[in-house]
Amino acid sequence: MKLYISELGTAARDIVADDMILTTDMPTCAGSKMLDGYKSLFEAEAVTRLRDAKYSVYGKANTGELGLDLLGETSYYGACADEEGKLTNAVAEIVKAEEARAGLTLEVNGSSARAAALSSLTYIKPTYGTVSRYGTIPAVCSGETVSVTAKGASICREILSALAGHDDKDGTSLPQEKCALLKADAPRDSVKKIAVAKALLASVDDETAVMIGAYVEKARKNGIEVAEIDAEELRLARPAWNILMSAEVCNNVSRYDGVKFGYRSMDSTNIDDLYTNSRTEAFGYLLKSVILFGSDVLSTERYMDVYDKALRIRRVVSDYMNSVLEGADAILLPACSRRSYTEEEVKKNPYIAYDESLYTAPVLITGLPAVVTEGVQIVGKALADNSLLDLAELLERGGER
Amino acid sequence: MKYETVIGLEVHVELATESKIFCACSAKFGAEQNDHVCPACCGMPGMLPILNKRVVDLGMTAGMMLNCDINRETTFDKKSYYYPDLPCSYQTTQWFAPICVNGAVEIETSKGKKQIRIKQIHMEEDAGKLVHDDWTDTSLVDFNRTSVPLIEIVSQPDISSAEEAIAYLERIRTLLRFARVSDCRWEQGSMRCDVNLSIRPQGSQELGVRTEMKNMNSLSAIARAIDYEISRHIDAVENRAEELVQETRRWDDVKGKSYAMRNKETAGDYRYFPDPNIMPVIIDDEWYDRIKKSLPELPEVKKQRYIEELGLSEYDADQIVQSRAFCDVFEKAYEESRMAKETANWLMSDCMTILNKRQQTTDMLAINGKALGELVKLVAEDKVSRASGKKILAAMFDEDISPLKYAEENGLIMSNDTEGIEKIVREVIEADPKSVSDYKSGKEKALMALFGKCMKQLKGNCSPQVLKEILVDHINRQ
Repeated sequence: MKLYISELGTAARDIVADDMILTTDMPTCAGSKMLDGYKSLFEAEAVTRLRDAKYSVYGKANTGELGLDLLGETSYYGACADEEGKLTNAVAEIVKAEEARAGLTLEVNGSSARAAALSSLTYIKPTYGTVSRYGTIPAVCSGETVSVTAKGASICREILSALAGHDDKDGTSLPQEKCALLKADAPRDSVKKIAVAKALLASVDDETAVMIGAYVEKARKNGIEVAEIDAEELRLARPAWNILMSAEVCNNVSRYDGVKFGYRSMDSTNIDDLYTNSRTEAFGYLLKSVILFGSDVLSTERYMDVYDKALRIRRVVSDYMNSVLEGADAILLPACSRRSYTEEEVKKNPYIAYDESLYTAPVLITGLPAVVTEGVQIVGKALADNSLLDLAELLERGGER
Repeated sequence: MKYETVIGLEVHVELATESKIFCACSAKFGAEQNDHVCPACCGMPGMLPILNKRVVDLGMTAGMMLNCDINRETTFDKKSYYYPDLPCSYQTTQWFAPICVNGAVEIETSKGKKQIRIKQIHMEEDAGKLVHDDWTDTSLVDFNRTSVPLIEIVSQPDISSAEEAIAYLERIRTLLRFARVSDCRWEQGSMRCDVNLSIRPQGSQELGVRTEMKNMNSLSAIARAIDYEISRHIDAVENRAEELVQETRRWDDVKGKSYAMRNKETAGDYRYFPDPNIMPVIIDDEWYDRIKKSLPELPEVKKQRYIEELGLSEYDADQIVQSRAFCDVFEKAYEESRMAKETANWLMSDCMTILNKRQQTTDMLAINGKALGELVKLVAEDKVSRASGKKILAAMFDEDISPLKYAEENGLIMSNDTEGIEKIVREVIEADPKSVSDYKSGKEKALMALFGKCMKQLKGNCSPQVLKEILVDHINRQ
């Protein structure tokens, strides 16, 4: 695990940010040899907002290369694993060890949601557009969101309240009156009905199934209606998301070409070799395969059949989830299928990450808010972030309102 | 066999905005290398594109000037290719829903009038520039031009000769300069052109093999390149001199030849897809109407009006409508002076002289039109001399002054005080009896000497006509 400590030398240890969020006092390397030692000229809006609110953002934690890997094995600085060798996420480990009150991550492909579920932490990925992406390393711009991991929903709410707000520097930022709904004291409805996504429960392991069962039980005891939905449509999110993700990553990392900044291979005698050698030497295997896949889905021959179809599926999944959320206040789905994997297992079976994205893709592709609490994932309507956090907090405290 | 030529042009025009398309950096030409650069336009991760709305204004204006339909919902896409002058290795452009479609302009050539249809106009960002130094064998990148806003105007293949191509380009240039969309300066690269060309037997409907010549930057080079390509294509088809392939070629204007570009520079798939960081631009009625209302009267309409309503000669009218700035100053000046011919003269001779001296183009004329009208009146009414008028005009180029006030403050108002003039005339005559007697004995030159002395004493502020009358009158009375 790699953790930089801020040169600002603060005593307070409030927040740790992941390696995708730019800071000027600490390097931001995106878990990649390409950006080893990279220091940004400007700071992420999320960091500025927290610092303005008197939180110390004191350290930077390791992440998978470009935030891409769901399981935590691909960082140039070594896999993110706990003491038993189980893969996790560095920010989650730091928060679990109480070395920071909260962790700030750019949720690119679900690794923070998954790690929070495995570490019994609370996590919120807010509604897309409510927290500025200015100053985050771009990977999957249409889905990635600055997210918060902490011990308990009340800390998540406190931090989110400081983060949310319109930002003129981000063209996808929602208007202030919408962002303001994420403030801690904003008016909101409470969650009265949860829909459980059956289609995604079939493949989970026993331990996860037990956790979900317990959560449903607890919700019912607290007078919350729980219904089941088939939710076969949610399965469509996984292939569509992986197509969109690969295409955008492929495009966004094309700026790392060895010319302007980042790693440059010194053996090259012409520009084509400079590109090829720099990227070959500095990118890891997962990123390289994503680049290949992304180039393919955007090619002229494949665009309409693959990429454009994925865009249309995004619409289908989004419409489906929104229609479910007309009749229910939240959708409950697993955050992952089993407790954890080792680096060795993942290297042997490269499909594990794709399989696991079944549970994280629906919220990444739609931009809906999602909370991970007590090992389960609850998803709400756009801007209903506080309602989800209220529910999480209520049940985390054992149901005493 | 007789052949006909099929030409389509892609014209790139840099838009006359203050700042770049996605960041606040200046878009001005001619700064020191890498002076107009920020983390956004040199591709550093974490900066997000914020669309400059002025670019959309000018894109719409261009479309309206070229009779296009405006797409009320227009989007931006990313075009990927690797080149060191492209910081992100993708260019943000419009592929799926360009701002303007289905336009047309009318051109006039020796063969008469013809419509050239425009397929589309799209907005995009420019790339930077590589500076090669053969001496040290290095290439450096200048990012000043990256993200400077451009429009690309894509014609239908309706052009059939170099003459038509030139007429089309000149017409577009006139219209865009007139609407202040761009200064369209070939020599500064703010107007550039790609030529797509093929030939086919006359009357045939099938298209021949097409070649493209990229980045042409002068009208004369374009004309030469088109003529060269036509004969190369005919030679290839008739004499099997070479096999024509669809390719991109570079025109060498010095050698007068075109060359195939290295395949690597042209091959590749641009992998277009919508840019998720830029929301679709929705052009509502209010926005559309605001731009529609801001369009200038077309130059030929102005010219006709100047001739018919203001009584200018065809030549004068034609000269003025060459430049929008001249038209604007002329119209404001005329409103004040109500003297069309005099106003036009001041513009075309005196203003032009000053512009030339300052090495400025006609588009850079920035004097106050109303003040020019006042000046024209002052001179026409003999309140200041023409020579003083020129001095006042020069001052008007430096700051926005009132000509009358300036004339008063600098003693340039001509004296109509006959007594004062007579007093000086008497003094001059008394002091120089020789010239008086010379004049009386028939030497005309002697009068000019006396006249000059009087004018000097009067510091030039006297109508020459009035002075001459008084002078002759006094000599004759002696």
